[in-house]
Amino acid sequence: MGNILNEIGIENYIFLSVILFSIGVFGVLYRRNAIIVFMSIEIMLNAVNLLFVAFSTYHQDAQGQVFVFFSMAVAAAEVAVGLAIVVSIFRNLGSIDLDNLKNLKG
Amino acid sequence: MDIAYILLLLLAPFAGFLFNVFFGKKLGHNGAGYLATFAVFVSFLVTHFYFVQINQTAQPVTVKLFDWIQLGKFSIDFGIVLDQLSLLWLMFVTGIGSLIHLYSVSYMHDDENRHKFFAYLNLFIFFMVTLVTGSNLLVMFIGWEGVGLCSYLLIGFWYKNQDYNDAAKKAFIMNRIGDLGFLIGIFLLGHLFGTLDYAALKSAIMSGAEVDHTMLALAALALFIGACGKSAQIPLYTWLPDAMAGPTPVSALIHAATMVTAGIFMITRLNFLFGISSADMQTVNMVIAIVGAFTALVAATIGLVQNDIKKVLAYSTVSQLGLMFLALGLGAYEVAVFHVITHAFFKACLFLGSGSVIHAMHGEQDMRNMGGLKKWMSVTYITFLISSLAISGIPPFSGFFSKDEILMTAFHENKALWVIASLASIMTAFYMFRLLYLTFFKEFRGTDEQKHHLHESPALITFPLIVLAILATVGGLISLPGNSWLSHYLEPIIAYGGHSEHHLDATAYMLMGLAVVGGLIGIGIAYAKYLKKGEVPPADAQMTGFHKLLYHKYYVDEVYDALFVKPINAISTFLRDTFESALSGLVFGLGKATNAIGDSGKMLHNGSIGRYLFAFTLGVVAIITYLFFNKIV
Amino acid sequence: MDVSIVLILLLAGTLVTLFSGKSAGKVALAFGILSLVASIVLLSDYNAGKSINVLATWMENPQIYFALNGDGLSLAMLLLTTSLLPIIIYSTFGSEVKNPSSFYSLILFMGFAMAGTFLAADGFLYYIFWELALIPIYFIALNWGNGDAKERQKAVVKFFIYTFAGSLFMLAGFAYLYTKAGNFLVGNLSNLRLSDQEQFWIFLGFFAAYAIKIPLIPFHTWQAAVYQKAPTAGTMLLSGIMLKMGLYSVLRWQLPIAPYAAKAFMATFLIFGIAGTIYGSIVALRQKDLKKLLAYSSLAHVGLIAAGAYTLTVDGVRGAVLQMISHGFVIVGLFFAAEVIYRRYQTRDISQMGGIRVQAPKFTSMFLILVLASVALPTTFNFVGEFTVLYALSTIDIWFAIIGGLTIILGAYYMLKMFQNVMLGETNAKPFADLTFQEGLTMAVIIGVLFFFGMYPKPINDLITPSIQQILNYTLKS
Repeated sequence: MGNILNEIGIENYIFLSVILFSIGVFGVLYRRNAIIVFMSIEIMLNAVNLLFVAFSTYHQDAQGQVFVFFSMAVAAAEVAVGLAIVVSIFRNLGSIDLDNLKNLKG
Repeated sequence: MDIAYILLLLLAPFAGFLFNVFFGKKLGHNGAGYLATFAVFVSFLVTHFYFVQINQTAQPVTVKLFDWIQLGKFSIDFGIVLDQLSLLWLMFVTGIGSLIHLYSVSYMHDDENRHKFFAYLNLFIFFMVTLVTGSNLLVMFIGWEGVGLCSYLLIGFWYKNQDYNDAAKKAFIMNRIGDLGFLIGIFLLGHLFGTLDYAALKSAIMSGAEVDHTMLALAALALFIGACGKSAQIPLYTWLPDAMAGPTPVSALIHAATMVTAGIFMITRLNFLFGISSADMQTVNMVIAIVGAFTALVAATIGLVQNDIKKVLAYSTVSQLGLMFLALGLGAYEVAVFHVITHAFFKACLFLGSGSVIHAMHGEQDMRNMGGLKKWMSVTYITFLISSLAISGIPPFSGFFSKDEILMTAFHENKALWVIASLASIMTAFYMFRLLYLTFFKEFRGTDEQKHHLHESPALITFPLIVLAILATVGGLISLPGNSWLSHYLEPIIAYGGHSEHHLDATAYMLMGLAVVGGLIGIGIAYAKYLKKGEVPPADAQMTGFHKLLYHKYYVDEVYDALFVKPINAISTFLRDTFESALSGLVFGLGKATNAIGDSGKMLHNGSIGRYLFAFTLGVVAIITYLFFNKIV
Repeated sequence: MDVSIVLILLLAGTLVTLFSGKSAGKVALAFGILSLVASIVLLSDYNAGKSINVLATWMENPQIYFALNGDGLSLAMLLLTTSLLPIIIYSTFGSEVKNPSSFYSLILFMGFAMAGTFLAADGFLYYIFWELALIPIYFIALNWGNGDAKERQKAVVKFFIYTFAGSLFMLAGFAYLYTKAGNFLVGNLSNLRLSDQEQFWIFLGFFAAYAIKIPLIPFHTWQAAVYQKAPTAGTMLLSGIMLKMGLYSVLRWQLPIAPYAAKAFMATFLIFGIAGTIYGSIVALRQKDLKKLLAYSSLAHVGLIAAGAYTLTVDGVRGAVLQMISHGFVIVGLFFAAEVIYRRYQTRDISQMGGIRVQAPKFTSMFLILVLASVALPTTFNFVGEFTVLYALSTIDIWFAIIGGLTIILGAYYMLKMFQNVMLGETNAKPFADLTFQEGLTMAVIIGVLFFFGMYPKPINDLITPSIQQILNYTLKS
């Protein structure tokens, strides 16, 4: 276990997860397709998960990995609900372009 | 026992009022009138009882009925005092009051609201009795405002005519201006002495304790303003001539004999205050004398040219009241009181006589349409003549004695005021006989219709006239020069020994002679002008120059209107239309400003999730950056 | 028995009335009279020296008590509330009221909140009652008012927000006081030793709430519009009782808590009050709407009352309280007279009136008496109050009395002018039926009260003087 970290170094894990997270953020902000936004959110989640696992190994503490299981389970549930919403939006509006969803406006 | 009698004195007219208000209509045609007359007569009897008693014992009766108002420093009772002064006033208030009530029974015979009329008259007597008998200034103030209210109700008795209502309102409001002065005087006295009771005030002032004499003089001045309002002195006199809108008995009772003398009563009552010999108080007294003298002169000049029979009498009343104030200002309180009494007799008689004329003429009041009435109305004529002689100061009628006393006092104190007062007296003689000649002599100038109905008034009207004419003739007896019962009677009231009685020396006889000659001159001019030449005053449109100025009363009403009434109404309109909405707009403006801020904030919330997320991310990044660079994490 | 009985009765009345359908009016009247009886019993208990106060812990943290205090001043105001409530409820019986159960229920609820305001001895509780009173009058004015619905809504919402906003400053003041004292009890708050600076801000915060509620100029702009738009019963509640909440609070809360500020700025607030008196009188002069005219007359009167309260003298405060009570009765009577005319003519426009006296002598007499009482003719209750207040002003400075006293001239002017235009003159073409028994009784009761206490104000005087003395002791302690 320690070997892997010794060989690659914790910094690289952090950089990778920051890059992944940023990709996710940019995806959420700049893509208008709801499915792609979802995928971007998943990327962000997984970036965090990666960081959890990496730190868990670094600290020799299993708690981080337990959290990852939690978060994966929650993410799965979230995707299920989110996709259901997307489907229902598509049925109502005929598109899943986020720019068309302006009903929040006061 | 005293309490029972005093309650009877006070409450008999009040009971009459209540009874007439609630049941007057059911009492038959004249029931209300007789009931009201009886109620006042009861008061008169009680008064008479006490009057006789005080003449023997010289002991005033004081009764405290209940606590009324409590103030921090003192409390004010509802108390009654029957002393020489109040009983004297009560005598003629209830006495003449009874006569005028009786007269009204016939005079108001055809009015559908008779019972109301009598109710108000009774209420007036009640308040007048309160005014006169109250044992402190605030109880006097109850009566003071109460008689003002009755005056308002009675001037506007024919309430369908808005002009009459205006006159009533004007009377009330001008009186209230005076009332404010009265209240301020009360406040100052209360503040200085911690009491409003006459007896306590008197002993406090007479004890010579250190007081602020300037404040005292100011209090006296404020009280005098109150007296000006009630007794129609310059500058608050304009309501009285307008008050003639009321039924004539009201003019006789309220606006000639009783209510308008309340100011003189008040100052006489407080003579221990007004008589203080400090420099400030002397100024106040000088003001009173000058105001009185000028009122006498100004009102007399206006009276010279009036054509309405009641207006002439009204200005004559103002003028005579002015003479009384002149006497007060010169410190001759008992002289003023003497003139109040004789004036009450002959002026009531004159007003009632004019009422009799108006009654015969079916409401006509313009003398230009009268003339020759003595042929039809001999009793009215004779009583009118007697009273006119009395008011003109012709001996041996009562007015001669009282007016002569005033002139004599003025001559001794201040020659200029004496000249003014004498001029006013000459004019008085002139306009009274102008009135007499125009009304009763020469040919009748009215319509044939009116002529056909001319008649002498019934006995209920002529009886009071005769009684009053007799009193106007012999009234002078109560204070003959050199041997005055009245001065003696009032001695306990007058704090500073009164003014010294004038000896019947050569000067006195000369002055008497001058006064009589003056009166005769006035009568003579009137005789030459209206009887000999048979002149009739011109129609309103043909008046010119000074005559027109006098006829329009120096345009004082118009000036007051332009100076006070119009501006205050203009301000009111401005505040209502402009200022109020501006103020209201300011408050709404606060709300609108909030709304506007909200509106511009609304722009941010355009509903695009992308933009929300962007803002959110930016915010998180900003926070993290901040925390990072400040080394908080 | 303690003072909470009145509150319980009024609250119970609110609920019972809400579910009593068509007979709601009578039920409400019964509860109103019951609460009046209860307050009279309380009064006699108080006079007998029994304690009628309530003190119970309501919340531990923050420390809030359910504290009700029945001293002379509170009891006088409570009696004013509970005696005007039945009169106001009874006065509506001649008019058609839609949805009566909610209407009367709201009236009782308002009575409950106002009574609570007068009794509360804990600042927090007091604040709750104070704000609670706004809610029923908001609905009464909005749902049962008259005139254009949109205009009405505008006026009523303005009133609500305006007074509410003012009250928030008071709440801030209380919050600050709590940090100092640790609880809200009026006695503790009065005993706080605040710095001059603190007192100034507290005074100002309270002033924002009270100046709007009373109202003093220039915070009065809600008043005339709401009085005009609200149903007459609502106007009566507002002018007869609710205005007095502000004035009462000045005495109960503002003066004792911030005595330094009260003393230091006395002249300013006297001028505020007196200016309001003159301003209200002048604006009233040319009003075209009867209710608006009465609203401005009310503005004039409360200005003088406030001036009396701010003199910080026994006479001034006592006169103010007497005037509060007498004004409550007379203004309710006058608004009722306006309602009587409205029932017959369906208008409040003065120019359409006139010539009523011929047709309705009884009404004329009673109306005239109320008019005269309102201009403080001696022998009426209002004179006692006005005289005492003016006397107190004269002891501060005679000019205050002179200028404040102008109200007796201006008051006579606008009231008599109004009376002349409304009642006198040639017979009106429209018929005007004289008073019904119900209307006559309403007015007669009010007139009776005005005359009785005008001649014999001693009972009220004796009741309120000790508490006023106590308040002034707090205020004038150095």
